[in-house]
Amino acid sequence: MRRWRQLLKLLPVHLVVIALAAIWLTPSLGLLVSSFRPRQDLLASGWWTTLVNPSYWPRFTLDNYRDVLFRQGMGRAFLNSFIITVPTTLITLSIAALAAYALAWMNFRGRQLLLMTVIGLIVIPLQMTLIPVLRMFNALKISGTFPGVWLAHTGYGLPLMIYLLRNFFGALPRELFESAFIDGASPFTAFLRLTLPLSVPVLASAAIFQFLWVWNDLLVSLVYLGGFARVAPLTVQLSNLVGSRGQDWHLLTAAAFVSMIVPMIVFFSLQRYFVRGILAGALKG
Amino acid sequence: MNMGRVHWLYLAPALLMLGLFLIYPTAETVRLSFYGPRSDVFVGFQNYVQAFTSQPMLIAFRNNLLWLVVFTLFTVGMGLLLAVLLDRVRYETVIKSVIFLPMAISYVAAGVIWRFMYTFRPAVAPQIGLLNAIVVAVGGNPIGWLIERPWVNNLALIAVGVWVWTGFCMVILSAAYKGIPREMLEAARIDGANEWQLFLHVTIPFLKSTLAVVTTTMIVFVLKVFDIVYVMTNGAYDTDVIANRMYNEMFYFHNYGLASAIAVILFLAIIPFLVINVRRFRAQEAVR
Repeated sequence: MRRWRQLLKLLPVHLVVIALAAIWLTPSLGLLVSSFRPRQDLLASGWWTTLVNPSYWPRFTLDNYRDVLFRQGMGRAFLNSFIITVPTTLITLSIAALAAYALAWMNFRGRQLLLMTVIGLIVIPLQMTLIPVLRMFNALKISGTFPGVWLAHTGYGLPLMIYLLRNFFGALPRELFESAFIDGASPFTAFLRLTLPLSVPVLASAAIFQFLWVWNDLLVSLVYLGGFARVAPLTVQLSNLVGSRGQDWHLLTAAAFVSMIVPMIVFFSLQRYFVRGILAGALKG
Repeated sequence: MNMGRVHWLYLAPALLMLGLFLIYPTAETVRLSFYGPRSDVFVGFQNYVQAFTSQPMLIAFRNNLLWLVVFTLFTVGMGLLLAVLLDRVRYETVIKSVIFLPMAISYVAAGVIWRFMYTFRPAVAPQIGLLNAIVVAVGGNPIGWLIERPWVNNLALIAVGVWVWTGFCMVILSAAYKGIPREMLEAARIDGANEWQLFLHVTIPFLKSTLAVVTTTMIVFVLKVFDIVYVMTNGAYDTDVIANRMYNEMFYFHNYGLASAIAVILFLAIIPFLVINVRRFRAQEAVR
């Protein structure tokens, strides 16, 4: 009896929550189902008919994926996304960890001011930097190249990464460092042997954050890579497809799904760290 | 620890990058905003006058304001609702993952997903976009979600933003909600408060500072919103926003002066929230 009453009392809660989840999931589900349907089916009926009408099932196909990967340049773009994202993440984290360590454990004049500057830089709109940086890149002849994008993403990602890592480093117990220095450890040894191993969870959060941020970026790649297919990452290639094949839903859905595979794998396997990063860095917009 | 000047070795790479990619360009953009299209003629405030008076810019300002109000209200509101409701069900983690998932997807992909949801076809053809299929099923005429100006299409774009960002608000607010001492809620219940009173007099006051952080973050994001609009309409049918205008002035019209001025305006709009963030951080540091 009590259990039933309890359930009845919570019924509206269950309904609202499940309805919202269904609304949130439906658009992605539609994308996934559509990406396996042949062009003529897609144009003839809505994707949801496939779910209720089994006669469509034998017609599911991988042709759309074959087409976008090998003929629409998404295969090349997939590779480019990795070439852009992996080095950027590594470079950003290394530089940020060094700076965060100094800001957390070394006393020097101007430390507080420097910290405030970093916090302030987190919210600078990218748009504020595009024209001068692009000119700088043109002068150095590195616009349209991967190293240019690595550097730009590193610069833009640093403030948040320094902030995240510095908060964590600063919370490590002081005695640990004091005893290490008494034992004759150099600052760099304390960094490599003490700080980094103790910070694996936060380093993972930061890495996931930066990885997804760079993988999903459109603006930076659009501006500094100049839209050449040879170097374009998935986001740029996908937005080009929207421009050129805007009504070819069999291609667009498959291409969108290709661009989502890696972030989704990262999301589902490392969600815990991703959430932790968001909770720690609730500052960035 | 005091170790002489060794700290500069650790800071040098970061300082170099911050200087090259954030500090110098910001200053340079401010300077360029006072120059003509090709950055060679000093024009004073002319770009700013143009930015505040030209028709496309006024539309972009209006749209950003609409984004600011509607997007922030919905993401924070729904995030809060979910945080409170999900605490009461046992399958919380599953639902959270579903709502949070769009955060991992690029705006470009989200744009494609929703362009498909919004697909419009004449009433005689079978609808392949889910939303119009529903509209037709209940006896309505198909709606040009991305074309009908000025409210339908702008709200349709904002909905995409809400779909992406609600999970973010939910995660942060949920963590804060779980920090409310259970005894506090129980005590209020025993005193005869109903759930709504509980929400108003215990939950909201307790979450106040977290709500402020989340709202600030949403506002900072919304002012810079670019990808969703660029991919879905590229500003057509009066859906343009400030960030997309800046991009277009820069790349299509090569008007570097005006583009810089627009960027500066965007920056000025964000500064108050930057100040709030720095203040909050200092307060946090003080209690460390």
